[in-house]
Amino acid sequence: MNVVRRLLLQGAGVLAAGLLAPLSALAAWNKEAFGAKNAADALRGIGASGATPSSEVVLEAPEIAENGAVVPIEITSQVPGTRSIAVVIDKNPFPLVAKFDFAEGALPFVKVNVKMGETSDVRAIAEANGKHYQATKNIKVTIGGCGG
Amino acid sequence: MAGPMKMRATSQGGVTEIRVLMAHPMETGQRKDASGKLVPMHFIQNVTVKLNGKTVVEGQISQAVSRNPVFSFRVKGGAKGDKVEVSWIDNQGETNKTEATVA
Repeated sequence: MNVVRRLLLQGAGVLAAGLLAPLSALAAWNKEAFGAKNAADALRGIGASGATPSSEVVLEAPEIAENGAVVPIEITSQVPGTRSIAVVIDKNPFPLVAKFDFAEGALPFVKVNVKMGETSDVRAIAEANGKHYQATKNIKVTIGGCGG
Repeated sequence: MAGPMKMRATSQGGVTEIRVLMAHPMETGQRKDASGKLVPMHFIQNVTVKLNGKTVVEGQISQAVSRNPVFSFRVKGGAKGDKVEVSWIDNQGETNKTEATVA
């Protein structure tokens, strides 16, 4: 009985390690950057301080978000060799919202709904060949999406 | 409670578009419940998209992604019948995944 149980547990452990390994290697959760409370620290956390403004990063979002709990944003990077796209909302309590890493084959595009606490600049930051390029758009929020 | 996922993957003009919905509360840790107590943070942290077993997108996300997150991704290539798998892990260690066939 015990032997069987031990084998099962070991098996589960190996399986879990196998599943988690690629994640931790490629993209563990960047605690430091996601825990940053201002945009400058968040940008530093993902190594994107001093990103160059670029018209090749396209950020599509509404001018006015009636409901801050669901603000649809769509980001496309036309910068050749884009490896990742990050979203930073300057005035959110924790500005870094998401970072997507693209492997071979994936197009540098993402569409996601985000929460905004108040009217803020929203930045889309694309990384290509070790450089960062950003698009910024101010989105007005009439009802915040963070509190209750 | 984390709930089911839904996914649709369609191939058109050599590009596969993947749309995935994850039922998840995405609690920010700032919201209060009816009795005035703070609801603890509970949100998806990692999202992985695989096409035919190969990782194509790895996302790290915060509590600022809306409740019941919906994502769209695009992958070059991918033909009808290919397998797409999306999985997530949240900050409480819960996990879920779903599979779909490219149509």
